[in-house]
Amino acid sequence: MAAISLSAIKKNYGETSVLSGIDLSIAEGEFLTLVGPSGCGKSTLLRILAGLEAPSSGDVLIDGKRVNSIRPADRNLAMVFQSYALYPHLTIAQNIMTPLRLRDLSFVERLPVAGAVIGRKKHRMLHRQVEETARILKIDHLLDRKPGQLSGGQRQRAALGRAMVRNPAAFLMDEPLSNLDAALRIHMRSELAELHRSLKTTFVYVTHDQAEALTMSDRMAVMMDGNILQLGTPDEIYNNPRDIRVAEFVGAPKINLLSGHLDTGGHARCAGVVLTRVAPSAFTDVTIGLRPEHLALCDPSDPEALKGRVVHKENLGADIYFHTAIQDGGSRLVVRASPVEGSSISIGQDIAFKRLHGLAMVFDPSGKRLDLMTEPLEQVSEVA
Amino acid sequence: MSDLSLPANGTAAGAFSVPSFRFSATETLKHLVLILGSLIVLLPFYVMLSYSLKSPAEIMQNIGGFFGAQEAFRDDYCVKLGKDVADCMVTPAIYNYTTAFHKAPLVRYLLNGVIITASIFFIQVLVALPCAYALAKLRFWGREAVFGLVLFCLLIPVHAIALPLYIMLAKLGLTNSYAALVIPWTISVFGIFLMRQFFMTVPDDLIDAARMDGMSEFSIIWNVMLPTAVPALLAFAIFSVVAHWNDYFWPRIVITGNRDLFTPPLGLREFKGDADGDNFGPMMATATVIVAPLILAFLIAQRRFIEGITLSGMK
Repeated sequence: MAAISLSAIKKNYGETSVLSGIDLSIAEGEFLTLVGPSGCGKSTLLRILAGLEAPSSGDVLIDGKRVNSIRPADRNLAMVFQSYALYPHLTIAQNIMTPLRLRDLSFVERLPVAGAVIGRKKHRMLHRQVEETARILKIDHLLDRKPGQLSGGQRQRAALGRAMVRNPAAFLMDEPLSNLDAALRIHMRSELAELHRSLKTTFVYVTHDQAEALTMSDRMAVMMDGNILQLGTPDEIYNNPRDIRVAEFVGAPKINLLSGHLDTGGHARCAGVVLTRVAPSAFTDVTIGLRPEHLALCDPSDPEALKGRVVHKENLGADIYFHTAIQDGGSRLVVRASPVEGSSISIGQDIAFKRLHGLAMVFDPSGKRLDLMTEPLEQVSEVA
Repeated sequence: MSDLSLPANGTAAGAFSVPSFRFSATETLKHLVLILGSLIVLLPFYVMLSYSLKSPAEIMQNIGGFFGAQEAFRDDYCVKLGKDVADCMVTPAIYNYTTAFHKAPLVRYLLNGVIITASIFFIQVLVALPCAYALAKLRFWGREAVFGLVLFCLLIPVHAIALPLYIMLAKLGLTNSYAALVIPWTISVFGIFLMRQFFMTVPDDLIDAARMDGMSEFSIIWNVMLPTAVPALLAFAIFSVVAHWNDYFWPRIVITGNRDLFTPPLGLREFKGDADGDNFGPMMATATVIVAPLILAFLIAQRRFIEGITLSGMK
């Protein structure tokens, strides 16, 4: 267990800057996820933390100690790779034992035959540790197999075992689930989260899948173009994104964005959509963000109803999403509906829906979120 | 009745659905070319093996088929030594092979061949693996330029630098020694190139995992890269061993007097025609003995070649 802090981390490859001054502190025992599209620098940040790559400038601190010049192995961190990176020529038991052998055995004790005799007690202890770890991960029956003989999920567990066995200060995971098939990936999500709860160790988890980040982490950092855009709990990130890019990246289907403008009263407007709350700033052009669940089907006669034509229907079982063209195809909105309401609606049909009040987000032209205030308004007639 | 006939019909239909033979002009042509090619390659071996079994008379008159009649003939050399003619009657096959081993210390030559090819290959691997690893996986200034030099060195023919090499070894007083046979070949540019290409395919994650586990860079080379590179190493081993086992040119230059240092191909010279004429039978027997280990080794390695340790555990 360890608290990790990164301060002013920069990384350049020649002219191209990959990370531009990252500050991040990770609490002891926390499950922190770095999430972002590919090429955003999240893996580089993890590798800098691991010591596999040196930052161009900035400090990495583990438990308050500066570790910039300390070898990866001596930082006592364990890493799980996307490709699992198991040694193909060793059995699973040998794979799991490798970090222990290198850490706990002297050169003489590592010798093929003599070592086993000289360091008998230590060897027995290592074997016990390996078996213990394998039992926790339920791979104790696979210890004599080679990685090539295992399925993806089993290899994943073996890679986890190799990380767990050394009781690291923190686990670093680089997209560990992205090579698994969809069903197994969802299953492993909960298993990893459970593992984190039982080990109570710091987890730093890198992924490009916002669903993984939302479901597993205590806090998540959304990265883009070498910067952390927002750091917070999954709830905060989803419901209160501070940047339009965060709002767009997190959430599936994507948030609906409508370009609009602020009127003199500070109300954001876009054709039929006018917000009750007011924005304090003086921008004229703004973007209004509405998540699909901020819209609900309603009766066409409702005064607040927006009308559109269904161009695509996504049925996910528990929810149905309607992609609707509004303003004569000028823009598109995705509307969520429950199966009860939505099952009878088909593509090409006109539907009516309305906004749920107080949920829309407004972003300024540079993509920053504008905080809206609920002010009592004089011109009630304008408000939809 | 109908119950019985049904399965019979079924099998017949099954047999017809997959035609057992279909003539294809292109396939036939391909095979003809391949057969012709293999005949051209195999013919010298056939002659070598055949001559190693026949008597001098049969070789000279080109009779006796593959095995010869195996009739006893008179060994003139034995008679010259003053022995009784009856004692000097020998069977061709036995005579050829025993002479090969007696007239020249063939076992010694074979041993030399093993010592030299093994030490060359061992040192080549010792040098090539770290070089290839650095060129494939480490980032350092001028890496591409160094690799360019490696490629350039591939273009230099051995014979072009033979003389300078010889002078260098002579000045060091190393001619007529194992060192002279081994040292010039210890750095194999081809080996570095081959292994580098193979290492490029090894995922970086595997190396990073080893670093996280606490391995040093050298330890990664010997404990991670070497085991995964076995198939590539075997391919390189075949090139290296065959080239140096069969090499006649270089040993002929640096081994001048000492017959104890002769390699197998130099041993063939023992049967080169002197005053008493060429002695093809024993010469071909020697040649057969020399190539046999290579063919044997290749047949054994072939299996490993195909099976290999693949990186299937990685993806």
